[in-house]
Amino acid sequence: MATPSYSRIIKDGLWDNNGVLMMLLGMCPTMAMTTSATNGFGMGLATAVVMALSNLLVAMFRNYITQEVRIPVYILIVAAMVTLVDLTMNAWMHELYKVLGLFIPLIVSNCLPLARLEAFAAKEPVLPSLMDGIFMGLGFTLALTMIGAVREVVGAGTLFADASLLLGPAFKVIELRILPEDTGVLMMVLPPGGFLVAGLMVVFKRMMDLRAGKEISMGGAHCVG
Amino acid sequence: MSPRLMIHAVILGVFCLGFGIMLALTDMVTAKEIKLRAVEDTENSLAKVIPPGSYDNNLVAEAFKMKNAEGKEITVYRATKGGKVTGVAYQIHGSGYAGEMRLMLGVDPQGNILGVRVTAHKETPGLGDKIEEKKGPWITRFTGLSLGQPAVDKWKVKKDGGQFDQFAGATITPRGVVKAVRHGLEFFAAHKAELLEKH
Repeated sequence: MATPSYSRIIKDGLWDNNGVLMMLLGMCPTMAMTTSATNGFGMGLATAVVMALSNLLVAMFRNYITQEVRIPVYILIVAAMVTLVDLTMNAWMHELYKVLGLFIPLIVSNCLPLARLEAFAAKEPVLPSLMDGIFMGLGFTLALTMIGAVREVVGAGTLFADASLLLGPAFKVIELRILPEDTGVLMMVLPPGGFLVAGLMVVFKRMMDLRAGKEISMGGAHCVG
Repeated sequence: MSPRLMIHAVILGVFCLGFGIMLALTDMVTAKEIKLRAVEDTENSLAKVIPPGSYDNNLVAEAFKMKNAEGKEITVYRATKGGKVTGVAYQIHGSGYAGEMRLMLGVDPQGNILGVRVTAHKETPGLGDKIEEKKGPWITRFTGLSLGQPAVDKWKVKKDGGQFDQFAGATITPRGVVKAVRHGLEFFAAHKAELLEKH
């Protein structure tokens, strides 16, 4: 199979073959971390960093990793990258770490990075693999931020609350209150809301794809090993 | 062992060794910074329960350990100014709706509360989390109170015949906090000498 073009990789990662909305991978962090748009965004970015690094490393060593030991090696690489990100953030991005810290170890159990290693980085050259990691990660971020935004607005009436904690004081302006205080539907920030909104988002994406005349192919073009 | 199997073992071993070394190096580089950040976090939460300016010693460096009523070891921070004790702060625990809540309680030498803050909890967002200072002023209500003010049997939420407001939809959380603070003050009363005198 020929290496897909960069524009294909970008489009696939961000939307066409989106990890959450199309492949339905990484649902655990998707449910747990989308109680607000800011949380979803932060979790997505941390995952994107891990995915970019591990995709890069696996592509670099792809000719040395034999079929038989590839799964333990992939898990080793993802876990090492997660620990690296965890320690680095704790030391130098401590404010961010206090918001996300609890959830970073969860990235190891996210099957989206592992799926991209197996389906893409294990067979493709270094640079396209790096791009795939970055854009699949950003697509994950996009999906989590969208789900988080809906849950936050309906559930708590705010949008991007505490964004300044994550991105710095300059981002205070994007912290919006959409609905008056105490009017939110609490269920939306609780676990059932996660399932509802994630499900609706998947439907929404399929409808858009149908309208655009795209064929729905579960799993997407180059995900099938 | 067959040579094929051997190769796999070697590959896996080399990767483990390589990434192990990488993580060890990362840990070496970051360990000092992470320790500093932890001290800063403690200082920040202490600043909320012991008014800055009311002491001139290094709270974190002079912290000591004590056993609380349940036999659990807790860290006590003692604030002194000019050698005179102006307050103590220590961790207290309460049980909320979703498990343990950890709080920091600051008390002056007369047993009046200087401040209480929640440092860790897993309460329901939107309901129980109003105990956080960030989400509402409820927790600041404790400042200035003591075991006699209000009377011990009034250290309860209103629903239980006490003096403290519960939140709409959440009684268990504030009940747990009130109880934890009361236990914290009782701990102070029981160990006053030990808490206030240098040893």
